[in-house]
Amino acid sequence: MDLAFTDEETAFRIEIKKYLRDNVPSDIQRKLLEGHKLSKSEMVAGARVLNKLGIPNWPKQYGGAGWTPVQHYIFEEEVQAYPARTTYDYGAALVAPVIYTFGNEVQKKYYLPRIANVDDWWCQGFSEPGAGSDLASLRTRAVRDGDHYLVEGQKIWTSAAQYADWMFCLVRTNPDVKKQQGISFLLIDMKSPGITVRPIQLIDGGHDVCEVFLDGVRVQTENLVGEENKGWDYAKYLLGNERAIDASVGICKARIQRIKELAARTGLGGGRLADQAAFREKVCAVEVQLKALEMTQLRVVAEAPMQQSGAQDAASSILKLKGSEIEQATAELLMDLVGPYALPYFSEKERMTGDTPNIGPGWAAMIAPAYFSSRAASIYSGSSEIQKNIIAKAILGL
Amino acid sequence: MNFDLSDEQRLLQDSVERLIADWYTFDHRRSYQEDKAGYSEAMWARYAELGLLALPFAEKHGGFGGGAIDIMTVMEAFGKALILEPYFATVVLAGGVLRYGASEQQKMDIIPQIAKGSMKLAFAYAEPQSRYDLFDVETKATRDADGWTLNGAKGLVLCGDAADKIVVTARTAGDTRDTDGIGLFLVDAEAPGLARRGYATQDGLRAAEITLHNVPVRFAQVIGDPAGSLPIISRVADEAVAALCAEAVGCFIKMQTITVDYLKTREQFGRKIGTFQVLQHSAVDILVELEQSRSMAMYAAMMVSECDATKRERAVSAAKVQIGRSAKAIGHQSIQLHGAIGMTMEYSIGHYFKRAAMIERLFGDGDHHLRRLAALGGLIDPH
Repeated sequence: MDLAFTDEETAFRIEIKKYLRDNVPSDIQRKLLEGHKLSKSEMVAGARVLNKLGIPNWPKQYGGAGWTPVQHYIFEEEVQAYPARTTYDYGAALVAPVIYTFGNEVQKKYYLPRIANVDDWWCQGFSEPGAGSDLASLRTRAVRDGDHYLVEGQKIWTSAAQYADWMFCLVRTNPDVKKQQGISFLLIDMKSPGITVRPIQLIDGGHDVCEVFLDGVRVQTENLVGEENKGWDYAKYLLGNERAIDASVGICKARIQRIKELAARTGLGGGRLADQAAFREKVCAVEVQLKALEMTQLRVVAEAPMQQSGAQDAASSILKLKGSEIEQATAELLMDLVGPYALPYFSEKERMTGDTPNIGPGWAAMIAPAYFSSRAASIYSGSSEIQKNIIAKAILGL
Repeated sequence: MNFDLSDEQRLLQDSVERLIADWYTFDHRRSYQEDKAGYSEAMWARYAELGLLALPFAEKHGGFGGGAIDIMTVMEAFGKALILEPYFATVVLAGGVLRYGASEQQKMDIIPQIAKGSMKLAFAYAEPQSRYDLFDVETKATRDADGWTLNGAKGLVLCGDAADKIVVTARTAGDTRDTDGIGLFLVDAEAPGLARRGYATQDGLRAAEITLHNVPVRFAQVIGDPAGSLPIISRVADEAVAALCAEAVGCFIKMQTITVDYLKTREQFGRKIGTFQVLQHSAVDILVELEQSRSMAMYAAMMVSECDATKRERAVSAAKVQIGRSAKAIGHQSIQLHGAIGMTMEYSIGHYFKRAAMIERLFGDGDHHLRRLAALGGLIDPH
């Protein structure tokens, strides 16, 4: 039992640090650190920088980095701590593994290089108004019409769909069987006639998610991934991947560093907030939980090669559950730190351009939106309650 | 970076797990508790036979040169069995003082006797007023021509009534809360002027209040620097915390499995209660706390040998904070999920809860360690 990374791993970390320093535009780093909104072009630029280095998890033959689980962990930790992750890359992280695992050769050849280079922006067409936690009850229909499917229905909570070129989408192809057995996995061109995207404003003031209406959208059958009616299996595989990389240890660490720096220059009762024992202890209580999560994640990473995939999925549920809780706790700490200048509201556009004069301390404007936004962490990608259902079944056997 | 036990550590784990499976069921434990000493001398002999009593000592003193991971492995197994024997007091506490502070001669005299099971020790570090502050020592040691004379009162001495020898902290200089001027004295339990009042503790173990009235101690019984032994005491306390964290994890593992088994067998409203979602989610909360605690007990074990005192203390305190939090969460929920049966002495779950709650009161509770961690700047340094 040993916490030390090998010399090769440490060298790898230094290499990643150097790559980020040399390649991530400093403006993007600053905006991420301060919690600004990014434009699409900034998000794409950031994703491209990371993908150029190599894409974790992807097999080498498709342009994957070929890293060990430990190297993947180190990469993710450095990227989050820098910070350099401009967006969740739905293409590289989610749809690509489905394509290279279940897709045909034509699909692999066409999509994978485009995904790696972020030529297309992908969104995830899973949730529907009537299918949230109960995802398998989705009702968007795809009816076969010659060499096309005719898709009719509605998706919701689709992240960044207003920017998207493509959507990977779960559709019902057989309504007459058990709900999990009639679902297929389609790739849909967002420029297709019949698609309407309506951004939804969330409580932080931003428009990070959308409604997507599909009215008689024609999708070529060659855009079906894998077999018809097997889409639920692919979706479960995809969601396991999503959760596995969801424990945002690096992001939370960077946030706590920032909290300590800001607390050191925030006045309170004639002194500084950083000198108040009660505040310091509150921060430390979160740090302890974060360290425990980091160790739990390292245990999962270290055991990854030996684990059965089922156990791995369940462990990733623990990471998602606890990770979202801690991420929310760090957002709460920021909110406790900021004080009354949390109040002034800035529109999404103002937060994106950053050219509105400050009201109060410059950093204060981003805190309340981040806090409001953080509540989503225990809802998206399988709510905490769904994670608990998964753990109860898969690990506890209840 | 790996979390695997070495081959030797795995053998150790297997043999301890087998020992407790064979000899430390809940019924065994109950019968050992009724023995005169409040624990089993036969088990103590088995620990000696297996080499557990020699584990952390250097080979040249008759030990096995085991480290913190070995101790973690043993303590976790002992936590599962809720052992009553004074392993923690003798091997981890007093043994730790000997390892860090004793002279070669002292080690050669004492350690072989510990190893073969013929001598038990206790560590009298606390006093009625000291709470969790190791440096808060009122007991006085005054020097004369033949050695030192001890006067004062020590409290909550684990295994204090059964020990053959007691390591006593006493002040040779300075005021009650000074960090300098503290010495370590190896006192014979039968020494004139030493009186012990032994008692049971809430978790079924034993401790003693000890008064020292003009107790004579020869120079040869002084361990380390009589005016500057706090660093040794702190080091031992950090190892003690790491060991207790592992023991607590052993308790948590049992609480978790016993509770889930209960949910799978108990029926109400015509169905297994484990089919109720509200209870499933409580059981998941227990599992998550267990995994977080297991991670932190490993972290403490890996960091407790760290030479940089700040890094070591931060890690150890963080682990104790996590364990304290989990002790409450797991203890409370596992009793709750059992219902009334969980409240009985007859059933095992309450005994694990009680031990975990007492571990929280040893060598600093969560509040104490959170304060210490905050004073050390927390785990994460600003840029």
